[in-house]
Amino acid sequence: MHRTSISSPWMRPRHEVKRMNTVTLTIKKQPELYLELEKVNPDTFAGKKADEIAKLPVYQGKEILTLGDFFTVTGDAGATAADTKIVINGDCTKMKYIGAKMTAGEVVVNSACDMYTGSWMTGGKLTVNGDVHSFCGLAMKGGEFTINGNAGNYLGAAYRGDWRGMSGGVLRVKGNAGSDVATFMIGGTLIVEGDVDIHLGTHMEGGTIILKGNANRRVGGQMVKGDIYVFGTINVMMPGYKAVADVDLEIDGTKAKFTQFIGDLGERHPKRKGETVYGNLYMKK
Amino acid sequence: MSEYIIKNGHVFDPVQGIKGDKAEIAVKDGKIVDKVGSGAKVIDAKGKTVMAGALEVHAHVAGPKVNAGRWYRPEDKHFDSHKTAGITRIEGGKSIPTVFKTGYEYARMGFTFAMEAAMPPLYARHVHEEIHDTPIIDEAALPVFGNNWFILEYLKNHEVENTAAYIAWILRQTKGYGVKCVNPGGTEAWAWGLNCLSIHDKVPYFDITPAEIITGLMEANEYLGLPHSMHLHQNNLGNPGNYTTTLESLKLAEGIKPKNNFGREQVLHSTHIQFHSYKGTNWGDFESGAKEVMDYVNRQKNLTIDTGNVTLDETTTMTADGPFEHHLQSLNHLKWFNVDVELETAAGVVPFIYDPNNAVFASQWAVGLEIALYAKDPMRCFITTDHPNAGPFTRYPRVYSWLMSKKVRDERLNTFKKADKVISATTLANIDREITLYELAAMTRAGPAKCLGLSKDYGGLKPGMNADIAIYNINPDKFPSSGPEIEKAFAQVAYLFKDGKICVEDGKVVDMGHKQTFWVDAKVPENKQVMHDIKEKFLRYYSLNEKNYPVPESYAPHQHIISVDATQA
Repeated sequence: MHRTSISSPWMRPRHEVKRMNTVTLTIKKQPELYLELEKVNPDTFAGKKADEIAKLPVYQGKEILTLGDFFTVTGDAGATAADTKIVINGDCTKMKYIGAKMTAGEVVVNSACDMYTGSWMTGGKLTVNGDVHSFCGLAMKGGEFTINGNAGNYLGAAYRGDWRGMSGGVLRVKGNAGSDVATFMIGGTLIVEGDVDIHLGTHMEGGTIILKGNANRRVGGQMVKGDIYVFGTINVMMPGYKAVADVDLEIDGTKAKFTQFIGDLGERHPKRKGETVYGNLYMKK
Repeated sequence: MSEYIIKNGHVFDPVQGIKGDKAEIAVKDGKIVDKVGSGAKVIDAKGKTVMAGALEVHAHVAGPKVNAGRWYRPEDKHFDSHKTAGITRIEGGKSIPTVFKTGYEYARMGFTFAMEAAMPPLYARHVHEEIHDTPIIDEAALPVFGNNWFILEYLKNHEVENTAAYIAWILRQTKGYGVKCVNPGGTEAWAWGLNCLSIHDKVPYFDITPAEIITGLMEANEYLGLPHSMHLHQNNLGNPGNYTTTLESLKLAEGIKPKNNFGREQVLHSTHIQFHSYKGTNWGDFESGAKEVMDYVNRQKNLTIDTGNVTLDETTTMTADGPFEHHLQSLNHLKWFNVDVELETAAGVVPFIYDPNNAVFASQWAVGLEIALYAKDPMRCFITTDHPNAGPFTRYPRVYSWLMSKKVRDERLNTFKKADKVISATTLANIDREITLYELAAMTRAGPAKCLGLSKDYGGLKPGMNADIAIYNINPDKFPSSGPEIEKAFAQVAYLFKDGKICVEDGKVVDMGHKQTFWVDAKVPENKQVMHDIKEKFLRYYSLNEKNYPVPESYAPHQHIISVDATQA
């Protein structure tokens, strides 16, 4: 069970620089309610000219309006999602679903944004230069999602009711995140550079969480499989965890000594080659 | 009301024996008629297939356990929250659609009637609220009896008359249509942490066997002369080796004769029989028992079945077979809903993913198709997915494509990850039969209508019958060869007439129709014993007052009551 380092896909050399067509959306009118931007992703934009993009539907409550009603659109998209970059300027705090379901290409939001940002994304690169609200990066399957501010609750978790949380890709928050981060996580890597509130990695069944700051209570409750690394402190430790070893690890570029706990001992655990597989919780010493 | 004449279409109607010939169908005042005036609107059905509206014989589409699925699976309707253009409301949900989507989707596929397969009497109001809100299609609901304390006590002493009087009382209180029996005895045993896996396992405390319950309910059903027969979800569902239990249960119908005024010929309808047709001792040595089960069913004229085809989707299982849902949850570790319904029944709900890469699920898929393909009499074998248990009802077009095209079926079979295992465990690869449009009309129209005792008005295109007509974009002379083409044709009717009104045109819902709720009012001789028992049980055990039990008229404002009289029996 000892590992000396974990791979760092975000530190690999970048892909060759590709020529990407850039579509820029600039807010010209704020919605009265919240706006659901399910169509704002490189996949939907691909192959469309600026005027066609402006005609894409956006949802405000029960109304169907167009992207052009709220944004000035400049630039044409590339032929495919992979060669389409979207830059969004202006206050997006009332915009939901930006970059949701994207499979390739790039999205940069120069603002904070609302719920479901980057949820269900399977590829490409999404950067938010601000905070995101709750339910972002839900059930993310692949790609890179970077939040340069803080995140709300249920980051990288499963959708309400679902049991399939983040399963791939890399999700990084430079600031803090709220409660219920990575609930039902099954794969991928989630890094929170600041602190989190209660319920980190609840029901986790795979994947890696790296918490650089501190956690409140209930880290790894009902965890079946997977790895959680905590650099700071946990306010109250779950009772279902047992310390088994001290290990030297290199995590996200930091070499340090960690205490390895296994758990949650109150949960069912699968067997592999006759040995019971537990969730691992590593606390930096 | 408008008059219509449907011209040039290829008509398939087992009621009149029309096998694809061009025939004109005239519509007036909601009925099919011999002729209409010259002002009638002409519908040109050239190059299209014309059938009666289809009937769903067994689906879980309304009521508390369907709704439990809806509220505890928000993920099932995510991404479905936007309204589309037209008169339809938001259509949410995949395996557990909203009532609105349920009505629209049945109508788009050419259905005009659906039977809610399990109504807990205590929660009948909820069932009727949802039925009332489901647009276009007519509906009815079957109250469950197989684990009801009254029934267990009466049948322990083989008191058929008392059983019948109690059934008649329940039908009237709940506005129910017939007699459903789910895992007889097993669900009551579940309240004691047990189950009845064979028909000879005694029910704890009540000291009665499933065999006695099944027999007694069939006898009571025929004593009353109800339009539908006893409708059975057998014991030991879903377990390898269960086909022997299935055959034993079916044999209980031998010697029982149908007695009714509705033209119904069966005394037992055995539902989702796919789940009950397994050989072997475990999932490792599992084999299909479809041939053995269908050989028996084919010989016994007083039986009908429906298939319960696995569609290989993510779905939500839900049944009054409480112990079975607990068993499923222990296999897939997903969320489990379980409820006990006082003296009457129980229910469980568990999400389920029939992954085609898994040899067991792929084999279940094959068994369901074998059942339909081994059926000699399409008037006694109906296609269902036991919605949503084996898959959503919206997958019927895909099931039809597998049944009607060996090519489409074999493409699916041969591309399973564990194809070799599925091919050796089942006989599907050796079956060449392709269901014809005429046979399909029997399996989905004329057959279920007769089985439900509705053949006077439903299931055919004979003058005098309801003008429930589905017109499909299928030219029988150039039957589509690819799976997606067959699916599309059956998923979106060119036209659906419901009671003589066009409700769907080109796959778009254009009218909400005038849906009706069917229930059966059975008159029985006065029975002081049963009335006394009811009063006593309400005082001693029920959590509500007897006066608050019946479903008020306002819950089924558009009711169609079928009366039967058993006082002369």
